[in-house]
Amino acid sequence: MTTTESRLPEERLLEVSDLEKHFPIKQGFLKREVGRILAVDGVNFHINDGETLGLVGESGCGKTTTARCILRAVDPTNGEILFRTREDEVVDIAMLKGAELKKIRSDIQMIFQDPFSSLNPRMTLLDTIGEPLLLNNIGSKHDREERVAELLEMVGLRPEYMRRFPHAFSGGQRQRIGIARALALNPKLVVADEPVSALDVSVQAQVLNLLADLQGELGLTYLFVAHDLSVVKHISDRVAVMYVGKLVEMAPTDELFSTPKHPYTAALLSAVPEPDPRAKSERIILQGEVANPADPPSGCYFHPRCSYATEQCKLETPVLQEITDGHYVSCHRAEELILEGVLAE
Amino acid sequence: MTSRDQPILEVKNLETHFPLDEGTVVAVNGASFEVMPGKTLGIVGESGCGKSVAARSIMRILDKPGEIVGGEILFRRNRGESSEKVVDIASMDSNSAEIKSIRGGEIAYVFQEPMTSFSPVHTIGNQIIEAIRLHQDISKEGAREIAIHALDAVGIPLAERRLSDYSFQLSGGLRQRAMIAMTLVSNPTILIADEPTTALDVTNQAQLLELMSELQTDNGMAIVLITHDLGVIAEMADHVAVMYLGEVVESAPVDDIFHNPQHPYTKALLKSIPKIRSNSSERLASISGTVPHPYDRPPGCAFGPRCDFFMPGRCDASIPALQEVRPVHQVSCFLYDEGD
Repeated sequence: MTTTESRLPEERLLEVSDLEKHFPIKQGFLKREVGRILAVDGVNFHINDGETLGLVGESGCGKTTTARCILRAVDPTNGEILFRTREDEVVDIAMLKGAELKKIRSDIQMIFQDPFSSLNPRMTLLDTIGEPLLLNNIGSKHDREERVAELLEMVGLRPEYMRRFPHAFSGGQRQRIGIARALALNPKLVVADEPVSALDVSVQAQVLNLLADLQGELGLTYLFVAHDLSVVKHISDRVAVMYVGKLVEMAPTDELFSTPKHPYTAALLSAVPEPDPRAKSERIILQGEVANPADPPSGCYFHPRCSYATEQCKLETPVLQEITDGHYVSCHRAEELILEGVLAE
Repeated sequence: MTSRDQPILEVKNLETHFPLDEGTVVAVNGASFEVMPGKTLGIVGESGCGKSVAARSIMRILDKPGEIVGGEILFRRNRGESSEKVVDIASMDSNSAEIKSIRGGEIAYVFQEPMTSFSPVHTIGNQIIEAIRLHQDISKEGAREIAIHALDAVGIPLAERRLSDYSFQLSGGLRQRAMIAMTLVSNPTILIADEPTTALDVTNQAQLLELMSELQTDNGMAIVLITHDLGVIAEMADHVAVMYLGEVVESAPVDDIFHNPQHPYTKALLKSIPKIRSNSSERLASISGTVPHPYDRPPGCAFGPRCDFFMPGRCDASIPALQEVRPVHQVSCFLYDEGD
């Protein structure tokens, strides 16, 4: 333990180093491995205690797989996931097994994307929200009911509803139920995977406000996985951008949105349509398609679509480097390029 | 003569109902809007507001048991004959030869889900060639040429080879491009696009929106763009109709919708979205409650129960009518009722 202890600076809750998750492609009668999908291909980032890190990228970039590795819903192929438990111990989640892993699970909880499929239709709210408590043998039946009532109130639902089934609730209310369930065990880290993307615009704001309030009240740390950059900008303290299994840039939110250093980030930001017809911005239209993670291009994975690519980009894979305080970029030309963001500095 | 100043499509008090065992779902409840030639009408609203049903009513491709029970859909046909002819699509039989010649011909439709809108058991080429030969008397070889040209026009690389691909062999962005190529082969005067970019990533969305604007400039077709994304609306639309629970609550030029909204719902909706280009990270102004289920519509104004300006005895007593508050800016709200 002491060796990992010293490797995680005090303000950090989580540190992911060289995380890889490869899925084998099997074919034929003998199910021989014919290739590998590099879903997560060497990812490094950290989350400080009490902050929100937004993890963005397009579909298939590996952001959900990264989140699932942290939860150990899938086992990482390689890499280290250091986490500070509530007992202030530092553990490597990637190495944990059995009882040790089970112990850590109450510290990290998840909020799912689809509020319709993530709740069991045959379980009442009391059963759904109380199940984590039951599984961990916390409290008597009466205690559990009290805790569920408290949780429902916390997420803005009436405690009287606890004996109802999920079908009686709208999408926004169901997402509140999912949040209540995630909070049942007082987690330190909440991994929210696209928590508002299935919701209507008018309801989305309610849930985002709720998440912000809960963070203030309970001192939660969020890993917020999403593809909607406006939402991520609104809720995150820092933002990490992924492209084809790799982290290309990570910086404090305002810095990333005002002075992006990676051409992919700049293109992604400029592609977001602004809800203002007078804001006719210069848009960077990326050519071609996202690279195939089973057969990524040589060098920098982004080079076939990058208008700044040089010979070096085709040959050498860039590594993630801290170029200014807290601003990490993996691009050979990060120091020389001046790219436009969407925020005034 | 002055046909460019006249709407090419006029929907008047459209009512579309779905009579189900549990009760009648009033999906569209007296919606009115106009489509001008060569311009883009954006229809925006949350799920269940009836925007897709309104569009499907125009195409007469409603799922059963949906039916148009009231209103008119006036379409100005100017194909072939020298004189223009206004027809009422709402009164046609949904299987008649007339609607079949309009559907997919003069009015084309792009669906939201690029995965399910192509048949998985026929090649892209066969499906496009079939679409061409349905509306034009042309040989297979001729249709094939047109299909290649159409795929080329929407920016699909190696168009000729793609003809023998199946839809699942294409990525989401390419599939949606192929879908648009298929609608373009008949040179439609109106293209109805129902959430065309919702299933796409932002960079693909940017490509597709750019493509649609280019095609509009080249072909001069009118576009009806249905979406819940206010960013896409701001980018693409000339005129916007905001729908809520089956009704058009506000209809105005795009600049007015975003910079001078009048209806409380439009105002609240604009305040509730996080904006990527603003420096503030203030709390979002959320709209309380949720969209009511269409089985139990609130009495009077449908937005009443969620509205900050709710006037008891007025808003819950009768439904406000869509009326002009400024030239070409219409609102249905009692706040602007000067009658009494």
